[in-house]
Amino acid sequence: MPSRLAIACHNRSRAFQCYGNEHQMTQSRDANLRKQRIALSMTINGTRYELEVAPTATLLDVIRDELGLTGTKKGCDMGGCGACTVLVAGRRIASCLALAASFSDADVTTIEGLGTADRLHPLQDAFIRHDALQCGYCTPGQILSGIALLAEGARSIEDIREGMSGNLCRCGAHANIVAAIAEVGGL
Amino acid sequence: MSGASFNYVRATELTDALSQGQRPGAAYLAGGTDLLPLWKASLTAPQDVIDISRLPLANIARAGDRLAIGAMARLSDIAADPEVKAHHPLICDAILASASGQVRNLATVGGNLLQRTRCPYFREAGLACNKRDPGSGCGARHGENRHAVLFGGSPGCVATHPSDLAVALAALDAEIAVSSASGERELALSDLYPLPGETTAPDSSLRPGEMITAIRILGAERFAPHSTYLKIRDRASFEFAVVSVAAALRIEDGVIAEARLAAGGVAPLPWRLGRSEAAIIGRAPTEQAFVAAGELAIEGASPLEGNAFKIPLLRNAVIRALQTAGGRS
Repeated sequence: MPSRLAIACHNRSRAFQCYGNEHQMTQSRDANLRKQRIALSMTINGTRYELEVAPTATLLDVIRDELGLTGTKKGCDMGGCGACTVLVAGRRIASCLALAASFSDADVTTIEGLGTADRLHPLQDAFIRHDALQCGYCTPGQILSGIALLAEGARSIEDIREGMSGNLCRCGAHANIVAAIAEVGGL
Repeated sequence: MSGASFNYVRATELTDALSQGQRPGAAYLAGGTDLLPLWKASLTAPQDVIDISRLPLANIARAGDRLAIGAMARLSDIAADPEVKAHHPLICDAILASASGQVRNLATVGGNLLQRTRCPYFREAGLACNKRDPGSGCGARHGENRHAVLFGGSPGCVATHPSDLAVALAALDAEIAVSSASGERELALSDLYPLPGETTAPDSSLRPGEMITAIRILGAERFAPHSTYLKIRDRASFEFAVVSVAAALRIEDGVIAEARLAAGGVAPLPWRLGRSEAAIIGRAPTEQAFVAAGELAIEGASPLEGNAFKIPLLRNAVIRALQTAGGRS
């Protein structure tokens, strides 16, 4: 009859063996997963890109890290702050909540696609004149969100205040942001 | 921030998606507005992500007094649909009180109904939560429970359901079409959400691999002139409900002929207020009737240490929602 100690050792070694197998399986699964690349075409600011992305890459990651378009900002990365707002077919979305692979063939506009230093988009110009920013980190998302909101049919200051609730400005420029959007919207 | 790796599968046909969705560890991805944050916080780690966002299930169709909304319809498209606006304003009200413009453009109706609770004990991996980790206990029951349920809770879970739209759909007696590799079934929205048990708290009654494909609402257009969604929250916009009320009345010759009332933020599911409804049918839409409905709404409430303030809040929200709905013409 085996001693208690022997049984304990036997069980322990079984436990380790199981752990070892699971670990191995997990590792090989991860190795396979890491290899998966998703081919997709995307139009960004009028330029067509053929991309291969990781299955886990967000649209935000691809825009910033693969394409180097760093005007789009990563804030909370949880859909709460709006710093990552881009337009897809003219509609504003939180690009941190968008899996890039889901957006094959999408037509994306980022802040780089709106205007240039010489020829600003009217809302960019209005943001400067209304002093609608301080540190500027949230500004690209604010401007894209504001453009989409006007296209959605905002009709009043209250519509702007409510419709911009997905864009936070921790410097507290909200009042001037609302004023800039209202001016461009003729409200 | 990023979660564990997964394999991405883009489904183009429903049958293909349902067959892929049967695999253990598979998760459906529609709008992604809940799945991605959960995955990034390592609260879920699917092996296969089945992208169903492009399935042809995004139609919004009205035929007679029947509205069918495909599960992949985006919240913003439903709220902007002229037929939904005209005939089901309660649905639009509830959607426009939800999330932000950026999120509503992504989020789908199916995903909205299946979003997971916002209970902070569920959303923080280190804390006890029977919903996330069955058998681990419920940290909220004797912890920070300002947000927690008044009705339908158990010793094992006091989490509320966060959807606004589900509250409106519950008031309208919506039905849910569900598909799996083995066929289709239909269930009442209220049957989608089970009550929590002692050590487990499943989010829905869907079986593994099942997918919501459509939401159907029959015979609810008569409520359009007298309906409202009242949402009370800690900030004016882009916040989940502390308490909400969907109210829908049919008023005929100055008398309430039919009443539908459902509350959000107070239970693990949209909480129908049947006694309040019954109490005002046959009465004139007066202050007295509405106060009676408010008093009945809070009967049987079981507050925890931090959330008794929700009882008068619910009572008053019912009264105010009825005042608004009753006053609309």
